[in-house]
Amino acid sequence: MELEFEGVSIDIASARIVSEVSLHIAPGDMVGLVGPNGSGKSTLLRSAYRVLRPTGGAALIGGESVWNMSAREAARRRAIVTQHTVLGAEFSVEEVVAMGRTPRKRMLDRDTDGDRRIVEQALDDVHMRWAAQRSFATLSGGEQQRVLLARALAQEAALLILDEPTNHLDVRAQFEVLDLLRHLGMTTLTALHDLDHAVSYCDRVAVMAEGELVAVGAPTEVLTPQLVHDVFGVRAVLDTHPITGRPRITVASAAHGPTTTAGDDARAPASTPRAEEPPGHAT
Amino acid sequence: MQRTLGRPDALSRRPHLVAGRATVLLYVTLAVALMAAVTAAVSLGTVTVPARDVWQVILRHIFGDTGGLDPLQNQIVWDLRLPRVLVAAVVGASLSVIGVGLQALVRNPLADPYMLGITPGASLGAVLVLAIGSAALHGLGVTGGAFAAAVLTMAAVFLIAQRSGQLTDTRLILAGVAVGYLAVAATSFVQLQTNPNQLAGIMFWLMGSLAGAAWSDLRIPAVALALGVVWLFTQGRALNALMIGDDAAAGLGIDVHRFRRRLLVVTSLMTATVVVVAGGLGFVGLMIPHIARLVVGAEHRRVLPTSLLVGATFLVLVDLASRTVARPDELPAGIFTAGIGVPVLLWLLQRTGRGEGS
Repeated sequence: MELEFEGVSIDIASARIVSEVSLHIAPGDMVGLVGPNGSGKSTLLRSAYRVLRPTGGAALIGGESVWNMSAREAARRRAIVTQHTVLGAEFSVEEVVAMGRTPRKRMLDRDTDGDRRIVEQALDDVHMRWAAQRSFATLSGGEQQRVLLARALAQEAALLILDEPTNHLDVRAQFEVLDLLRHLGMTTLTALHDLDHAVSYCDRVAVMAEGELVAVGAPTEVLTPQLVHDVFGVRAVLDTHPITGRPRITVASAAHGPTTTAGDDARAPASTPRAEEPPGHAT
Repeated sequence: MQRTLGRPDALSRRPHLVAGRATVLLYVTLAVALMAAVTAAVSLGTVTVPARDVWQVILRHIFGDTGGLDPLQNQIVWDLRLPRVLVAAVVGASLSVIGVGLQALVRNPLADPYMLGITPGASLGAVLVLAIGSAALHGLGVTGGAFAAAVLTMAAVFLIAQRSGQLTDTRLILAGVAVGYLAVAATSFVQLQTNPNQLAGIMFWLMGSLAGAAWSDLRIPAVALALGVVWLFTQGRALNALMIGDDAAAGLGIDVHRFRRRLLVVTSLMTATVVVVAGGLGFVGLMIPHIARLVVGAEHRRVLPTSLLVGATFLVLVDLASRTVARPDELPAGIFTAGIGVPVLLWLLQRTGRGEGS
């Protein structure tokens, strides 16, 4: 299932939050959406949640605008993991995951053995089967995020949209969630806060600034030190991670002097793109 | 990796007392308890009628064979006590189910018809009719006034809370509380203008009571309860989804704002029919859903039937206490709703509330 934003503009209280964003997420791709706070990432995603109706343009899932289909049909095509999940009541883990079956069930349908198998499989996929009968609220942040991922899986939608799934997680939990996303291999659009996650885990990266899409492409080509400086106002070095061998981005405050430039890292292979930033350049 | 992926059990716990197949057993137990409470409530009073005779009278009436019944027993059971007890059951069940709906509607554990302004609004309507007099209002009776005011209050809350058709939880709460306060203030003002003999009637509307409930009081709330419950039972999954946040619910295919509007209309209409016969009975709608959740967890498809049965039984017992404890005087039911409900709630919290995660 592919996702396409077609010239999406969103006004909230007559202020333009998202401005003519066109972005295509091909089937099977994992695309990271990055940008400073307030750049319109979450707002853009909410147009695909079918929560915000775009002022202009449309979010298309499988070639159809989400507003031209029922909420239920949209939920059969895409699953969502939102940023803050505070449950208004104490559900068990199993109950939370079973909610993923909602768009697949009619009003009075009971949970069948088939549903239970899907829920168990989803819990297996995120390695949380052991917690099925536990209270969701008593789990750690990383465990909760994995359970929410299992709920999304139980929806059996081909497209996954996540809003900063690694927020508030400790380092290990962050990697667990990202590894899991990679491993699932679904068509994925995820807003990410950490540029290093975007560069090391995503097939493609889309960068937003002040409501506009400013760059899309392969992570190492897009997240150049120049662009990172222009958009995020920090200094950045792009090299290869000494442990994983994957691309790595290291950032530092723009206030810090040139002593933090890339050349200092002796272990970085010379072949990777790296940058010496002229301080005070750009915005 | 297994160390990462498993976790010792000590910190986590089962979220509720009854789960799985035991739930069916729970429903049966609660239904039996309700029948027992109804029997006891009809049986006990100034004149005690043995349980066997109670059922004999009821069954004879059901099968249309009332000849040969003791006229006194017949009058006590069929004309006086049974309608009142059944009204108590219907009101208790309705308020509890309404509470479940409203708490999901605004995703707030403190929500009840009071908080959303509907009960104070209905009371104001009734008190206005009492004070001004029915004749001045084109023959609009007290119950008609209460019902109309409840519907008007709901409309006001909705109009204040909505923004281009979107209903969010915080705005609903604020609108409900604001309108409710206004209604309470207006009621106090009207109260000051009334004479002492009108005051007793006004107190009924403010405190709530089932005294004098007759067969004619049963029909409308019972039908409203039946219709409301049927609809709510079909919405269990949507109610669950509302509890996890608007965006997440949308992610599960719920049209959140449309569902909220429907939920508000259904619960308000149910509330209006209940307030008309029972006045402003508080606490039941707030507490019974919590008691139900502590027993069966948060899943609405279990919370709704449990609340229904517990709420009905609870109010039948409360009403029994209110008319027997200080015999022959009646005490306000409100004293007992809190007096019985709070200890039960505290006991359940004590049993299940260790290591609360949120």
